Amino acid sequence: MDFSISDDRRMLTDTLRRYLFEQYPVDHRTRVAYAAPFHDPAQWAALAGLGLFHALAPEDRGGIGGTGFDVAVVFEELGRALCPEPVLGQLMAIRLTLAAGGDLEPLLTGETRAAVALDEAEAGWDLDALTTRAADGRLTGRKTVVYGGAGADRLLVAAAGPGLWDVAAGDAEVAGYGMIDGGPAAEVFLDATPASCLIPEARAALEEARDWAALALSAEALGAMEAAFAMLTDYLATRKQFGQPIGTFQALQHRAVDLAIEIEQARSIVILAASAMDTPERAKRVSQAKHLVGRIARQVAEEVIQMHGGIAMTWEYPVSHYAKRLVMIDHQMGDSDWHLERLMGMLEAG
Amino acid sequence: MDLTYSPKERAFQAEVRAFLAEALPPDIAAKVAARRELGKAEMDRWHAILNAKGWLAGPWPKAFGGQGWGPVESHIFEEECCRANAPRIVPFGLKMLAPVLMTYGTPAQQAEYLPRILDGRDWWCQGYSEPGAGSDLASLKTRAVRDGDHYVVNGQKTWTTLGQHANRIFCLVRTRTDGKPQEGISFLLVDLDTPGIEMRPIRLIEGGYEVNEVFFTDVRVPVTNLVGQENEGWTIAKFLLGHERTNIAGVGFSLQALEQVKALACRVTRGGKPLIRNPLFAARLAAVEAELEAMRITNLRMLDRAARGGRLTTEPSMLKIKGTVIRQAINDLARRALGPAAAPFPSEDLEANLQIAPEGHARNAASYFNNRKISIYGGSNEIQRNILAKGLNS
Ligand SMILES: Cc1cc2nc3c(=O)[nH]c(=O)nc-3n(C[C@H](O)[C@H](O)[C@H](O)COP(=O)(O)OP(=O)(O)OC[C@H]3O[C@@H](n4cnc5c(N)ncnc54)[C@H](O)[C@@H]3O)c2cc1C
Repeated sequence: MDFSISDDRRMLTDTLRRYLFEQYPVDHRTRVAYAAPFHDPAQWAALAGLGLFHALAPEDRGGIGGTGFDVAVVFEELGRALCPEPVLGQLMAIRLTLAAGGDLEPLLTGETRAAVALDEAEAGWDLDALTTRAADGRLTGRKTVVYGGAGADRLLVAAAGPGLWDVAAGDAEVAGYGMIDGGPAAEVFLDATPASCLIPEARAALEEARDWAALALSAEALGAMEAAFAMLTDYLATRKQFGQPIGTFQALQHRAVDLAIEIEQARSIVILAASAMDTPERAKRVSQAKHLVGRIARQVAEEVIQMHGGIAMTWEYPVSHYAKRLVMIDHQMGDSDWHLERLMGMLEAG
Repeated sequence: MDLTYSPKERAFQAEVRAFLAEALPPDIAAKVAARRELGKAEMDRWHAILNAKGWLAGPWPKAFGGQGWGPVESHIFEEECCRANAPRIVPFGLKMLAPVLMTYGTPAQQAEYLPRILDGRDWWCQGYSEPGAGSDLASLKTRAVRDGDHYVVNGQKTWTTLGQHANRIFCLVRTRTDGKPQEGISFLLVDLDTPGIEMRPIRLIEGGYEVNEVFFTDVRVPVTNLVGQENEGWTIAKFLLGHERTNIAGVGFSLQALEQVKALACRVTRGGKPLIRNPLFAARLAAVEAELEAMRITNLRMLDRAARGGRLTTEPSMLKIKGTVIRQAINDLARRALGPAAAPFPSEDLEANLQIAPEGHARNAASYFNNRKISIYGGSNEIQRNILAKGLNS
């Protein structure tokens, strides 16, 4: 047994953490994340230059990582810095392009920014209920809340079947907007839009890509909850009421400790999921992670606000933005109930 | 035992319902239902409609222009208002300052201010909290120093709800620095147009603007604006805390919010089925409904006791805790029910042009975040537990 992080990954984490801390401080983040284009294109290019996307792809396909642990440590740092860059779409596009046997290079250099369009209003997270139709190399339908959709160069679209299609963003009607927790998204309107088929029978590839995304989001939440918790413990030690630091009140101490316990649980389940990404257990472990982390992230968000008092209700104080991200991660790639149902379906299989 | 309203109370309920059906402007109700921010003009318009009917200040004694409603009538009125998606009556003048003036104010103060509260000429805000004095309100530092016929006020208030619409603020200020902190506080009425006052907006977590910081620099306030005796402010603050607590549970809000979530869950689908048939979501909904029904009865038991002249001790704190937790749980479900569609930053533009969430629900995540405040303000739930714990030991 060895739970230590390999030297290569440690270097990647340290570099990324230091870079984001210095170049993407939270006040800059708050400035760019809520106004068009809802992220910082210069930082996107800089992160690509750091090799961020290469870390998401395996070595035999031109990357420098691509294992569950590589993805987890990258997203943990993005979460710690509350980074609004649309890396998630890039990760999914990398996984889908791997499945399709396509060329990864433009994705790895960041020259192409891709977004993956799965969800539809009626279907929610259910790939079986998609209604976007393909006919004669053209797609018709509406994809909703496409993360990173605003400003993407390429859209990888899941259509009924499900099949996977490649759409040049300029050919579709892309209505961009920001998210309540910052970052870009879009509605994508397809009306006999030209598209090329990447994978005709794409269920396995889409589920796999979504599992990678769910792992990434769980790790992102882990980084964000650690950061928020650190702010809480600082505040408990410094904020005084009734002549003493509020952290001396046992009513708060016990709850802070409960959060610390839950965050350890979150770390462990993320590690477990990361270790299972290239095994038959992938789906089960990812759903365990996303389910548990979804619940814990919300608890951390709510408790961190409550124990700060009014100040955490303000836009000015960064905790509020962490809390929003922590809660809203549960709205991406299946919420904690969705993953619980998936787990319930696996119970009898062992 | 009889869990229902008396015939007289039922008649009143029907009267309120009929009035609301006729008098509540649909545009305002639609905004309330969709949890959009109301402007001052809309709030003033609704207040004026209620005032014309004589119901703006229903609980006020008749002598001051009210109806003399008891706790049960007040409760029925609030419940019906929530059901109809009427705006909440802005409480600062009508429910906070008015009872204080009726109890501690001079006849001159009553004659000057109460009519202006009723007809909307004055919009009051509450200046209690300070950056350093939240839960520990008695540690407040804003100083008022006597100088002839005036107090000179220096300091800062914060969290001033809807201060941007107000022309006056009632403040707790420090008039003595020696002795126990509670014994050096006074209750002062301040005109916000007085030179030396600056108000700055605070933006909240979800992006909305409803609270402010207020800075006082050498603000001269006539001594006639003191309410009660100098250094009696803490007694007044405690009186106010014990007042108008019958709606503290917010049962009406929760009932209405629950109905909205149920309707939403019938409308949105998951896995090809209406969300309401999803066992996990349905279980959450059914469980919170049971909690809410229990609290509704707890609330009525308390109202009944109050109506029979009983003294309320621990009940308001219990209802504040349970009421806020249940409301927040319902807000949580309203957000969850949307799935992916909860994510966009809400704006009127987005609602009009893209309609990502079902109509009226685009702000579900925003109101979930905004309503984290209800377990913090008005005495946080931790402070309420401290109050209850003291009660256990005495
Ligand atoms: C949206 C909003 C609107 C508001 N509107 C108004 C207004 O109009 N006018 C006004 O005067 N004020 C207003 N308030 C202020 C509100 O009353 C305070 O936020 C509240 O009293 C808590 O104070 P605080 O925020 O300073 O938190 P703190 O008092 O610093 O508390 C921080 C944390 O410590 C806990 N804590 C403190 N003491 C203890 C203890 N002894 N034991 C255990 N736990 C403890 C608290 O419960 C909280 O969790 C508003 C606040 C908000 C958020």
